[in-house]
Amino acid sequence: MNQQNGSILSVKDLRTYFATEDGVVKAVDGITFELTKGETLGIVGESGSGKSVTNLSVMRLIPEPPGQIAGGRIVFDGIDVLGLSIEKVRDLRGRRIAMIFQDPMTSLNPFLKISTQLTEVTRLHLNHNEQQARAHAIKMLKLVGISDAEDRMDSYPHEFSGGMRQRVMIAMALSCDPELLIADEPTTALDVTIQAQILELIKDLKARMGTSVILITHDLGVVAGMTDKIIVMYAGKVFEQAPTKELFATPANPYTKGLLKSVPDPAHEEGKELYQIPGLPPDVAHLPPGCPFAERCYRAEDICRREFPPFVEINSDHHSLCHFAQEVYAESIKENEVLHV
Amino acid sequence: MSETNGNVLISMQGLKVHYRLGGGLFSAARTVKAVDGVSLDIQKGETLGLVGESGCGKSTLGKAILRLTEPTGGKVFYNGKDLAHLPQSAMREQRKHLQMIFQDPYASLNPRMTVGNIIGEPIRTFGLSKGGRVETQVQELMETVGLSRRFIRRYPHEFSGGQRQRIGIARALAVDPEFIVADEPISALDVSIQAQIMNLMERLQAEKGLTYLFISHDLRAVRHLSDRVAVMYLGRIVELANGKEIYRDPLMPYTKALISAVPVPDPEIEAKRERIILKGDVPSPINPPSGCPFHTRCPFAIDDCKKIVPSLTEIKPRHYAACIRISPDHPNVEVNAAAGLGAIGR
Repeated sequence: MNQQNGSILSVKDLRTYFATEDGVVKAVDGITFELTKGETLGIVGESGSGKSVTNLSVMRLIPEPPGQIAGGRIVFDGIDVLGLSIEKVRDLRGRRIAMIFQDPMTSLNPFLKISTQLTEVTRLHLNHNEQQARAHAIKMLKLVGISDAEDRMDSYPHEFSGGMRQRVMIAMALSCDPELLIADEPTTALDVTIQAQILELIKDLKARMGTSVILITHDLGVVAGMTDKIIVMYAGKVFEQAPTKELFATPANPYTKGLLKSVPDPAHEEGKELYQIPGLPPDVAHLPPGCPFAERCYRAEDICRREFPPFVEINSDHHSLCHFAQEVYAESIKENEVLHV
Repeated sequence: MSETNGNVLISMQGLKVHYRLGGGLFSAARTVKAVDGVSLDIQKGETLGLVGESGCGKSTLGKAILRLTEPTGGKVFYNGKDLAHLPQSAMREQRKHLQMIFQDPYASLNPRMTVGNIIGEPIRTFGLSKGGRVETQVQELMETVGLSRRFIRRYPHEFSGGQRQRIGIARALAVDPEFIVADEPISALDVSIQAQIMNLMERLQAEKGLTYLFISHDLRAVRHLSDRVAVMYLGRIVELANGKEIYRDPLMPYTKALISAVPVPDPEIEAKRERIILKGDVPSPINPPSGCPFHTRCPFAIDDCKKIVPSLTEIKPRHYAACIRISPDHPNVEVNAAAGLGAIGR
């Protein structure tokens, strides 16, 4: 999985708050994780869980105000990201850390030709001259599988289909050979066949260039095949983190368990009724005092509504935010044994 | 391919929706063949899943059945009447039995109307109840779909996405329909809410004997909800079979690629899976390829595929596919390709 064992990104107790009319929204509230070089980390959560804000914080892309990184540390390859001047951050972005979004049009300028946008990046970050930049751009477009790249270079974004635009954005993101790629729902707007193309492309690039990847998604199927480890977020908190196989086999958090059971699985399906998590995701501006999931949880007890749960260590790689983490973990092991008898 | 057990609720025969585009002073008019000759039966009480990539015409087909888009050819039989050729007034009467649920429950709910009025409107329009009885009925509907009746005076923006979809479902149920076209009803919802809506749809089907056409690009959801699944590509049905069967043994190369592309929430399986990665995008329906519409992306295409338009053929019992490279005697396209078998059956 990871050949070199150095840490590429370390996030410690990150807190990102937003001032709203409703009061302070703690969109991200004490997130800690570590990404090893060459690894792929999946961040899973529903809307409002804080998964995108976490990564916007890493990129220092939080609009201030109303947003504010209220605390914590972000260390990228030994550099304290929160202590950097905005110029230095800009140099980091695009060159060493790249980001791709769900909607490619958020990062492509509709008024500029693809060639202009692609060459701009390398001229800025790699000091390419015009010729070098153009040659490099064509190379990148070919790399992401755009045929007749020379001819299509001078097209505008609207002349490409959704899947092609996503490729162009990936080409742009990878132009400077970044060490870390943050992909925020990169395939959510795409059809499955195109999704498979894009995911294959990311895997392939990762293998070739050794890029570390953070993949943010709501789709458990996507993270199952793509990641080494997973963080499950809910209401701005890490609810569970574990190596991918372990998380799927023996989850130690009721929310993770519920999510896993509520997705139809075409490989194991026997036409049974889907498990459903009752209720709605919480309003992050008005969180209850105890566990934010208590109201929807199948095994919540009084303590869950009263006290905020501890972040329990199952083993050194596996943690769960739950008063009953050990019990839930034991349940999962039992269920897993039954499945494999 | 009509099944002959007499339980057909909706029968489409050669249904077409063609749009004309342009045709100005300097450009010739072009035709978009969104739906191009679909013949398909929907059985009473079943859920027929309709899958395909964006632009394949699946939503247009759903709307054409209900005449929310006018068909330009073919017929749609319901209760012995051809819906495609009914006068508008008679069609309006039929809408009591035929309803639709939309993808974006926000865009399809009037933001200035209270939930009570949104759900009550079809009841009043069709004169199904009057006065205070309407409100009682609305409250019952709200409870049926899992909304508290206390919310009756609230407006759509006061609800979450999942709750809005429940309102959309309650409105569709208000006229006590027989058939519902559900067009991507869960795509805009959070994962934990998707399961709630799917379970609700299943429960309502069991209670009221509803028939669904479930349109979705989410193959996992379709697999879960559908009895049979039809696969659509560039305006045509290219494969049709029982849900379990089509996922276990897809025949048409496009269906194979589609099913293999679906990520499975199981890392052990994902690690071992072989995917068929298709090249390129779906061709434009303005200028669809000749012959088999899939031949431009098909790994098994031969010269004849460019010339012959394949028809939906029963390859295995009740399993239909449109591909000239397979036949009842030779259903496996990989084997046929390896053996150098050409257009079979010619």
